[in-house]
Amino acid sequence: MSLINWIDDRFPLTKVWNEHLAQYYAPKNFNFWYYFGGLAVVVLVLQIVTGIILTMHYKPDAELAFASVEYIMRDVPAGWFVRYLHGVGASMFFLVVYLHMFRGLMYGSYRNPRELIWILGMVIYVALMAEAFFGYLLPWGNMSYWGAQVIISLFGAIPVIGEPLAEWIRGDFVVSDATLNRFFAFHVILLPLLLALLVYLHIVALHKVGSNNPDGIDIKKNKDKDGVPVDGIPFHPYYTVKDTFGIAVFMTIFLGIVFFVPELGGWFLEKDNFAPADILQTPPDIVPLWYLTPYYSILRAVTFEWLPGGAKVWGVIAMGAAIVMFFFLPWLDRAKVRSIRYRGWMYKTALTIFAVTFVMLGYLGTKNPGHIDLFLFENVIWAQIGMLLYFAFFLLMPIYTTWDRTKPEPDRVG
Amino acid sequence: MTDDVNSGRRRLLTTVTTGVGLAGATALAVPLVASMKPSARAVAAGAPVEVDIEDLAPGKMKVVEWRGKPVWILRRDEQTLADLEEIVGDLSDPDSEVIEQQPAYAQNRHRSIRPDVLVVLGVCTHLGCAPTKEFEKGASTGLGDDWMGGFFCPCHGSKFDLSGRVYKNVPAPTNLVVPPHSYVTENRILIGVDETEATG
Repeated sequence: MSLINWIDDRFPLTKVWNEHLAQYYAPKNFNFWYYFGGLAVVVLVLQIVTGIILTMHYKPDAELAFASVEYIMRDVPAGWFVRYLHGVGASMFFLVVYLHMFRGLMYGSYRNPRELIWILGMVIYVALMAEAFFGYLLPWGNMSYWGAQVIISLFGAIPVIGEPLAEWIRGDFVVSDATLNRFFAFHVILLPLLLALLVYLHIVALHKVGSNNPDGIDIKKNKDKDGVPVDGIPFHPYYTVKDTFGIAVFMTIFLGIVFFVPELGGWFLEKDNFAPADILQTPPDIVPLWYLTPYYSILRAVTFEWLPGGAKVWGVIAMGAAIVMFFFLPWLDRAKVRSIRYRGWMYKTALTIFAVTFVMLGYLGTKNPGHIDLFLFENVIWAQIGMLLYFAFFLLMPIYTTWDRTKPEPDRVG
Repeated sequence: MTDDVNSGRRRLLTTVTTGVGLAGATALAVPLVASMKPSARAVAAGAPVEVDIEDLAPGKMKVVEWRGKPVWILRRDEQTLADLEEIVGDLSDPDSEVIEQQPAYAQNRHRSIRPDVLVVLGVCTHLGCAPTKEFEKGASTGLGDDWMGGFFCPCHGSKFDLSGRVYKNVPAPTNLVVPPHSYVTENRILIGVDETEATG
């Protein structure tokens, strides 16, 4: 076609289409767990689109913000729908990202040669947490306000530079209009640009080395005479169609939540945020939303006053370290095989314990540390046990993955 | 062509160009970073606040706002001050030895200029929550039989006495902050301005 030719002479349209879709060969054995990367992109686009519409009606001003959100909910045509899509979308984003990461842990997707894909993915995850945190202040509800107050105070725990740094972040002596205004800038400009760039880099790195698969073996070892992997199928149309099916199921669940339980009983939108920010009145329990609570649990689990410098600063360090651990995963894992299918009982047990621990820490992060919400012990004791298991998963990994008896990998994917 | 290359000169020019570029980028970053500091308006809003405490009865507390933070002004009676001496063993810094937490004129047993009037920031020293007042004594507060009245932070369970002193074994590391303040007259406190006269 002449138009395509005209463009191809000036822009590598057909080349890019073929290299990344029509002739990009992905392993043929992708399963359920391979939906979530694509779904994360879908949610990102949805967040950007709904975010742009919310920006048209929202006012980033401490005097007007809370009322403008109510205005969106009541007076803007379909405003409630757009806002609930955005709010539920934030939680769904983390849900698919956590499942996407768990897929990586199961099938060893972070192993050589995919270390950079993993690290870029982790940077996306951290950027996403920042994006969610900045966004949560914008409705200027009481939980927004006090959540920001607590998280910014964490920086104040850093010796010497802590307080000036916290002041620089807030732009004021307390969380105020200045803070709200800049968080708005970060939320709608800085982080979205950064996320788009990082997602692009994540996919560039992925397409350089090719996707891993549930067997964790390299499909590029078996190529036909044309150089096409025999166990690979073109991403388009095979996986574009499969992903479209996945998106349809996902959107059904997503919209079910948006229409019927948009607050999900306080899990997606906290009750205390229905009251405007009040600098004199802390909500009874300041907790972040569920996707940040595993780390919040670790922060609160450090109550050991005998540590040099006091418990507070070590809590902050432990929380930071909990996230940093993930970055080192490619070098902590010494197993001969990638996929859990060919690993021994040790890694399977460790990963199961880790997953349960992560969920438990997340649950405890939403509860008062002094209460007993599980059994026998106070929540803080469970959080301390959880913290121990969390770090053990990473720090003991070089040992148990070396000892673990792996099964031989097959030559071809099953 | 390649024979004419003076690689030493080329390396020097590359280094100098890179250096100038980095210096320029750094110089540009300084005002950009500085623009995020508290603005002149925010600094001006930190002006002192004057409070009248004539009508403040013993056992009562006033809350005023200074620099966007709640300041508690609490009148304590003789009995309360005596009670405070009894719980010294449960406190982590009963003598206010962490000097950043109060001006020198409030570094005393009662952490105040006038023994009966306490002025502290109502901001938990753990993570900045607002503690609640729990002035009732005893078990009815849920804070234990030996609770002598004080403040309780609902976020992470830190406890403070009626001088803003922190209890042992709670997340908050230090006593509540006593802001700079002074007495304009006997019953008028100026919050934000230090006491200049020598005090006991």
